[in-house]
Amino acid sequence: MDVVMLSRLQFAVTAGFHFIFVPLTLGLSLLVAFMETKYVRTGDEMYLRMTKFWGKLFLINFALGIVTGITLEFQFGMNWAEYSKYVGDIFGAPLAIEATLAFFLESTFIGLWIFGWDKVSKKLHAASIWIVAIAASLSALWILLANGWMQKPVGYVLRNGRAEMVDFGALVTNSYGWSKFFHTVLAGYVVAAFFVMGISAYHLLRRNEITFFKASFRMAATFGLVASLLVFISGDFHAVEVSTTQPTKLAAMEAVWDTQQGAPYNLLAFPDVENERNSVEAISIPKGLSLLAYHDGNAEVKGLKDFPKELRPPVMATFLSFRSMAALGMLFMLLSLIAWLLARRDVLESYPLFLKIMLFAIPLPYLANQVGWIVAEVGRQPWIVYGLLKTSDAVSKAVTPMQVVGSLVGFTLLYGFLAIVDIYLLTKTAKKGPEDGSPIVVKTNNLAGN
Amino acid sequence: MEFQIIWFILWAVLWAVYFMLDGFDLGVGMLQRFLGRNEAERGAIIRTIGPVWDGNEVWLLTAGGATFAAFPTTYALMFSYLYTALLLILFSLIVRGVSVELRGKEEGATWRSRWETAFFVSSFLPALLFGVAFGNIFQGLPMDADGYHGNLFTLLNPYGLLTGIFFVLLFIMHGALWIGVKTTGDLSKRASGLANKVWYPLLVVAVLFLIDTKFATNLYSNFVGTPVLFVMPLLAVLALLGIKIFAAKGSLLTAFASSCVTILSVTFTGVIGLFPNLIPSSIDPRYSLTIFNSSSSPYTLKIMTGVALVFVPIVIAYQAWNYRVFRKKIDQNEMEQGKAY
Repeated sequence: MDVVMLSRLQFAVTAGFHFIFVPLTLGLSLLVAFMETKYVRTGDEMYLRMTKFWGKLFLINFALGIVTGITLEFQFGMNWAEYSKYVGDIFGAPLAIEATLAFFLESTFIGLWIFGWDKVSKKLHAASIWIVAIAASLSALWILLANGWMQKPVGYVLRNGRAEMVDFGALVTNSYGWSKFFHTVLAGYVVAAFFVMGISAYHLLRRNEITFFKASFRMAATFGLVASLLVFISGDFHAVEVSTTQPTKLAAMEAVWDTQQGAPYNLLAFPDVENERNSVEAISIPKGLSLLAYHDGNAEVKGLKDFPKELRPPVMATFLSFRSMAALGMLFMLLSLIAWLLARRDVLESYPLFLKIMLFAIPLPYLANQVGWIVAEVGRQPWIVYGLLKTSDAVSKAVTPMQVVGSLVGFTLLYGFLAIVDIYLLTKTAKKGPEDGSPIVVKTNNLAGN
Repeated sequence: MEFQIIWFILWAVLWAVYFMLDGFDLGVGMLQRFLGRNEAERGAIIRTIGPVWDGNEVWLLTAGGATFAAFPTTYALMFSYLYTALLLILFSLIVRGVSVELRGKEEGATWRSRWETAFFVSSFLPALLFGVAFGNIFQGLPMDADGYHGNLFTLLNPYGLLTGIFFVLLFIMHGALWIGVKTTGDLSKRASGLANKVWYPLLVVAVLFLIDTKFATNLYSNFVGTPVLFVMPLLAVLALLGIKIFAAKGSLLTAFASSCVTILSVTFTGVIGLFPNLIPSSIDPRYSLTIFNSSSSPYTLKIMTGVALVFVPIVIAYQAWNYRVFRKKIDQNEMEQGKAY
């Protein structure tokens, strides 16, 4: 393998690994903030225990998210030096802004939240987890505006042998970045909702701390239902954005080979890449694809054959990833709806099978997030900046294949080890359940079970 | 003033503040295992940096992000040329963060002891390697039109290693004083005793560094050209002497402040010497990366200046407030109760 493939693989491994932790951080910070707010408002000790129990799980996950995030900032320069030189005038800005606006807030106030239980007032303490939650979303916004620019470059000119920014406003208001932001952040909320519902289900199945876990489940079910509906809606809007800016990605997502007006949607399809056709195409909904992709049943959908082979993304990976993401998204709506109804009628314990399903559903939103990123990034190939710079021209010239092999092995070992530690700690903490019920024992300066 | 110069100053400030803040975290990491005699003490030592280390590390991310945004060519070449060294720093920072956060998440002596070893190694390596990297930047990297002609081992030259050892000792001193300030009783005494002892080798290495800088680098030429600039290295020397004077008297907070000034003025001395280079070429100055030939466009620099001037003061304000909230020392009572972290 050459430096390009190795560097791509390394970026996929490190970004994908980082994105195991990010979605849960986005969603769980918000849920914990709700819990603590309820505690401050009502004085009900159960909400304090909820804050601490879910907070401890949040912190384990958060720590790993923070440390694996540093890698990404380093990697643009280390492995993608030509990219960084060519687009740094534009791409560097949102990254630096992300650090200045979001990372400082997140890191400072998480410190206050962990150690500040007896140092600041209850209200200020609750405010600090809100600040962490908002900062996490702010961080997502800036990094997705940066990524949005790679997907749909705006506000630049080619000058001095590179892309230079001429309109910061265009970068900040890039519709691609914003629609991706909503879709991504909401997908993170779904991860958190299923995480909390799944762990609650585990304890409810064991009849452990029933009131505590029912309350947790109920809160997460509402959150999950709203989030999974909004993920779907934002995904629909995002799809239109993709179709209009990156016709090759859309064609690969849906395995469309021939350009058609009023293109149908095939509920069942399977691409035969070699022969540039689909080996399976069944249950067609007339005009369905044109409607989905452009919100117009008569719109023209470009087929892959309209583009030279070297400008097409890997069809199979993009297609399968998109299909599984969409299918999972529908499943999440269904499961959240059932969860919400059962929780509302307070009959969760009578449906152990459903609780079991919810327990085993914990990994599914994670999977949906990962395949979503595969659609976004693999689907953009062969471009690193769509229509502007090829991935193969973006890699560092000074780096040798051996160096990247070395770093890739290093990352795989280190991240593999971190994954084991993370799963071990999360499982153990989750199974153990909340600290002792009687509120008097809650140690004041010992949050989150330090 | 040209935006490039504003950004050069900001770049220097970000690095200097990073070293001043994370410097004591790294020092604490190097000392934690050895200074803490029992579980309660070792927990307390980590607790001194618990609420602040992450916020300190973000100064590095911001320095990196600012390099990317303001001097993208330097960012691209520095990170790809120093690939292996930066990878080691990166792995260390990952392990360091995880050690601090996860050590207390589980009972059991073996679990904790292993994380403490990891904490030591992952604090020592960045301290050393940041020194090595900056030592080599001060000397210039072997780069020309064909790119970079070096590897990890060419970085480990005498001056690079000397700078590395200088950084390690500086951060050990800084961390020892921090522990001294933030704890009480016997632990605090031991920490300040250690600071008093480490000062001598630190002085020796600092003097060697100042002398070797004359022979290994061009840093002094800017100072000779504008002698008033000698104020900065002079301040560094005075602050270094101040550390000993105050530490010997037992006024640890003032000694720690001196140590902060030392780190800031040492960083500024180096960066003033570099100006207008960000990375000089040791082969031919024509290939040096300067703030003029590697910067972003004036438009981008203008926007980023606005962002920095508005938000960096806000960051400083709430971080300072955070330090104030946690200004109390960790006393005996808290040490036993919160054996956790």
